[in-house]
Amino acid sequence: MQINVNGTQHEVDVDEEMPLLWVLRDELNITGPKFGCGIAMCGACTVHINGQPARSCSMPVGQVSGLITTIEGLGTPDAMHEVQAAWVEHQVAQCGYCQPGQIMSAAALLQMNPNPDDEAIDHAMSANLCRCGTYPRIRAAIKAAAQNIREKSA
Amino acid sequence: MSTLGKITRRTFVIGSTAITGGVLFGVYKYKQPYPNPLEKNLAQGETALTPYVLINANGVTIIAPRAEMGQGVKTTLAALVAEELDIDVQNVRIEHGVPSNAYYNAAVLEEGVPFPPQDTSSTAQMARDFMHVPAKFFGVQVTGGSSSTVDAFEKMRMAGATAREALLLAASAKLNVAKNTLSTDNGEVISKDGQRIAYTELASLAASVELPDDVKLKPKSEWKQLGRPIPRVDMVEKCTGTATFGIDVLQKDMLYATIKVNPHLGAKCHAFDTNNAANMKGVKAILPLADVGAAVVATNTWYAFKAAEKIDFDWAKTQYAQSTDELFESAIAAFNEEHQDSQNRDDGDVDAVIGAAGDATIHREYRAPLLAHATMEPMNATAIMKDGQLDVWVGTQMPTYALSEAARVSGIEAQNIRIHTTYLGGGFGRRLEMDFIVYAVMVAKQLEGTPVKVTWSREEDMTHDSYRPFAVARFEGVTQGKNITALDVKVSSPSVMESQMGRLGVSLPGPDSTIVQALWDQAYTIENYRVTGYRVPMGIPVSSWRSVGASQNGFFNESMIDELAIEANADPIEMRLSLITHQPTRNVLEAVANMANWGSDVAENHGLGVALVTSFGVPVAEIVEVVNTPRGIKILNVYVAADVGLAIDSRNIEAQLISAVNFGLAGAMMGEITLLDGKVQQTNFHNYDAIRMHQAPVIHTKILENGERIRGIGEPGTPPAAPALANAIFAATGLRMREMPFNKHIQFV
Repeated sequence: MQINVNGTQHEVDVDEEMPLLWVLRDELNITGPKFGCGIAMCGACTVHINGQPARSCSMPVGQVSGLITTIEGLGTPDAMHEVQAAWVEHQVAQCGYCQPGQIMSAAALLQMNPNPDDEAIDHAMSANLCRCGTYPRIRAAIKAAAQNIREKSA
Repeated sequence: MSTLGKITRRTFVIGSTAITGGVLFGVYKYKQPYPNPLEKNLAQGETALTPYVLINANGVTIIAPRAEMGQGVKTTLAALVAEELDIDVQNVRIEHGVPSNAYYNAAVLEEGVPFPPQDTSSTAQMARDFMHVPAKFFGVQVTGGSSSTVDAFEKMRMAGATAREALLLAASAKLNVAKNTLSTDNGEVISKDGQRIAYTELASLAASVELPDDVKLKPKSEWKQLGRPIPRVDMVEKCTGTATFGIDVLQKDMLYATIKVNPHLGAKCHAFDTNNAANMKGVKAILPLADVGAAVVATNTWYAFKAAEKIDFDWAKTQYAQSTDELFESAIAAFNEEHQDSQNRDDGDVDAVIGAAGDATIHREYRAPLLAHATMEPMNATAIMKDGQLDVWVGTQMPTYALSEAARVSGIEAQNIRIHTTYLGGGFGRRLEMDFIVYAVMVAKQLEGTPVKVTWSREEDMTHDSYRPFAVARFEGVTQGKNITALDVKVSSPSVMESQMGRLGVSLPGPDSTIVQALWDQAYTIENYRVTGYRVPMGIPVSSWRSVGASQNGFFNESMIDELAIEANADPIEMRLSLITHQPTRNVLEAVANMANWGSDVAENHGLGVALVTSFGVPVAEIVEVVNTPRGIKILNVYVAADVGLAIDSRNIEAQLISAVNFGLAGAMMGEITLLDGKVQQTNFHNYDAIRMHQAPVIHTKILENGERIRGIGEPGTPPAAPALANAIFAATGLRMREMPFNKHIQFV
C-alpha cells in the first residue's frame, strides 16, 4: 500500500492492521514519533494526518487516508517550526522522549486556535503525558509560539 | 569542601589524593589511577589530554560520562570542562564516552555515612571522603543519587584546566615565548603580539609536554559560562525528533524483537509452547531467555508484540507475598528486634517521656505503596554479536556494570565489547537495572551476525519493574505547649540496597541507610528523638525510585510533624523553625513562607500545606496551595525553595525542581502498584497514570546558595511534594491523608 509521509510517497508491504507508528518507525526508519504505550494513552506517538493530531500507535495503517506529517516534517534543526523554536527558547525538553508528541499536539492546536487560553491548552494537551513534568514550560512555550505566529501573520 | 590537593596529570582522575589510610581496601589499590580509556582508540593526529578532553584536527570533544536522562547533565558537565579549557561549550562536540572505571563516581556513596548532611564537622567530612575509596575501588560509573555535579565539580573543571595548561605549554614551545605572555580565548591561544593559534593545531604538541603539579582553577568571579543559564546542548535535537534514544538506534539489516518474562518476578519459566505464534506474519525466531521467558524476533516490533501474546507459557510461582495485603502484613510483621536494621538516632530518653505522657501520646501510622518508574521510553536495547565482538546500544545509568553483564552473558571478553550509551527517555532509577541489557545480549547471542533491537511492550515494562518499596511508618509523639518533646519513629520496608546489589551479585554488608533516609538525618533537634529502621525480608524486587527512601519517608515525617503542630495548636512553620538551628535549612523555610504569603488570610475552601525535607544534602521547603471544589481537589500553586550550595545553572535547576515536584505529586495523587496472585496488576498508563497538563500546578521556585558545598538537584525536590499536598488537603478539608496514593480517599480534578 502507499502512504505519504512528510511529502514523500512510500510503498509499504505490511499487515493492514499494523499501527501507523510501527510502519513509520520500523519500516521507514522515521523515528521521531515515539512508542510509549501502544493504547493512545500517552501521546508520544502523535503525528498529523491532514493536519489533525492522531495517535499513530493505535491507528491501523490500512485506515490512514491523507497526508502524514511527523515531527521531522514539521521543521528541521536548521529550519524549525515556530512551536519548535518556542520549545528551544523556553528550554522545555528534559529527557525529551515525549516532546515530539507534545510539539505535534501543540502545533495542531495552534493551527485550529491561534490564541488558546489555559483551558484550551489543558484540553488539547492532556492526552500527552510527560513523566519529567515539563508542563509549565510547555504551557509557556505554546503561548509564546502563538504570539509569534500571530505577529508574523499580522 | 574537599580539595583535590596536588594534581598531576597521572593522578588527577582519581579524585582526592588527600585521603590517607585507605584502610578499607589498601592505599596502593586506591592510589593507582585508572588508565585513560581514550588512549586505547586514538586515531592519527588525535590527542587525549585527559579522560575528558579529546582534541583532533576537527575540533574539541568533551567526554561527559554520565547518563543524560533529562537532568541536563550533558550540558552541565561539559560546561565545567569548557569553562576552564576556555572554549564555548556550544562549540565543542560532547560524547558520553565508553564505559570506564576512570569515570567512576566518587560522590555517589558520600551520603551513606552515619552523619546527617547538616553535619560538616571535620569528622563527618573525613568519613565522606573515605567513601570515595570504595567508590574508586569498585570503579562504578553510575548516574544517580543526585551526585553527578557534586562528583564532577572539581575533577571536570580540573580536567579542563589541565588541558588548557598543556595547550599553553605547547604554544609556548612552538612560539618560543614564555608561557606567562600567552592567554586563551574560546578555543585559541593568543600571544602578546596578537597571534592566534587554534587548540586543534596545538593538540599533538600538547600531548608531549610535561605538566606542572599546580594547575589552578579560576575563581568564581572569572567564570564566563558557569553561574548563568547555559542553553542545553541537547535541546534542538530533542525538539526536532533528531535525538537518538536507545529505542531509535538503527543498524543495517536489523531485526526487531520483544520479550515475555515471568510476571511472577524472579520465578522461572517451566516451559513455553510456540505453536500459535511461530508461523505468524513477520516472525523470524522465538528464542528462550535463559530460564525466565522467551523472545520473539520479527521483521517489525509490532509483529513481535503480536506473536508474543500467542505464546503459551507455564510460569513458576514465587514464594513471597502474593497480594498487596500480604505485602503490608509483612511490613507490619517486621516491626521487631529480629528485623531491626538501624537505629541511627537515639537522643534523650524517648521511652521515659512517652511513658510519662501516657494517653497524651499521639500515635500515627502511615503507608506508602509500591511504585513503578514508568519512564516514557519503555525498556530496550540493541545488540549485535559478530566475529567474537559484541556491540550494545542502550540508555543505561551504569555503563561499567552493563559492560560486565554483557561479558558474563555473551561469554565475550570485555575488551571486545562496546557499550554505546544513548540518550535515556527517562531514568528515575529504572535504568540502573541490567535486565533489559541482559535480555538483548541473550537474543544477540542466539542470532550471531544479526543486529537485533529488543523493545519491551509497555505492559512488560510496567509489570517487570523493580519497584519503589512499600513501607509502613509508626510514630509516637509528645508535645508540651507548642513544642515537640519526644518523637519515636519506626519505619519498616524492604531494602532497596539489598535488592539492587543482590541483582548485581553483591551482598549488602551492613544496614541500609535508605530505609531511614529523610527520617533520622533531618535538621530537627528534638530532645528525645529516636529513629529505628526495620527491614522486611526480600520479596518482590525493589529499587531506587527518584529520591529513594526519602520519597516515602519525607511523606511520613512531614505529615507527622504537621499533625503534631496542629495538635499543639502551633503554626506548622513556626514549630519547624523552633526545632532547627541549621541556618541554610531555616532559610529555605523562611523563603518559602514569604513566597506563599504564609500567615495571610486564606480564601474559602483553599488550603496551604508546608513540608521540609533534606535529601542528598539539599534542604527543600515546599508549600502547596489547593482548592476544594465540588468535583474534588485542585492543586493551584506550589512554592519551592531549595539550597544547592552553589548554582551552576539556575534555569536548569528550576527545571529539575519543577520536574521533581510534579513527579512527587503524581505519586502522591495516584501512584500505586498492587499485587494479586503474585503478579503486578497495573499494565499501562490507563491504570498507572501520572500528572497531566490539566492537573499540573503553577510552580514557583527560589534557589538559595547558603549551603556549605555544591549539591545535586535531580531528586531533592520530590520528597516534600507529597506531604505538602497532604497537609494542604487537611487545611482545606479537614481530611488527613495517611496513605498514598491520596485518590483512594479523595478526588482530584
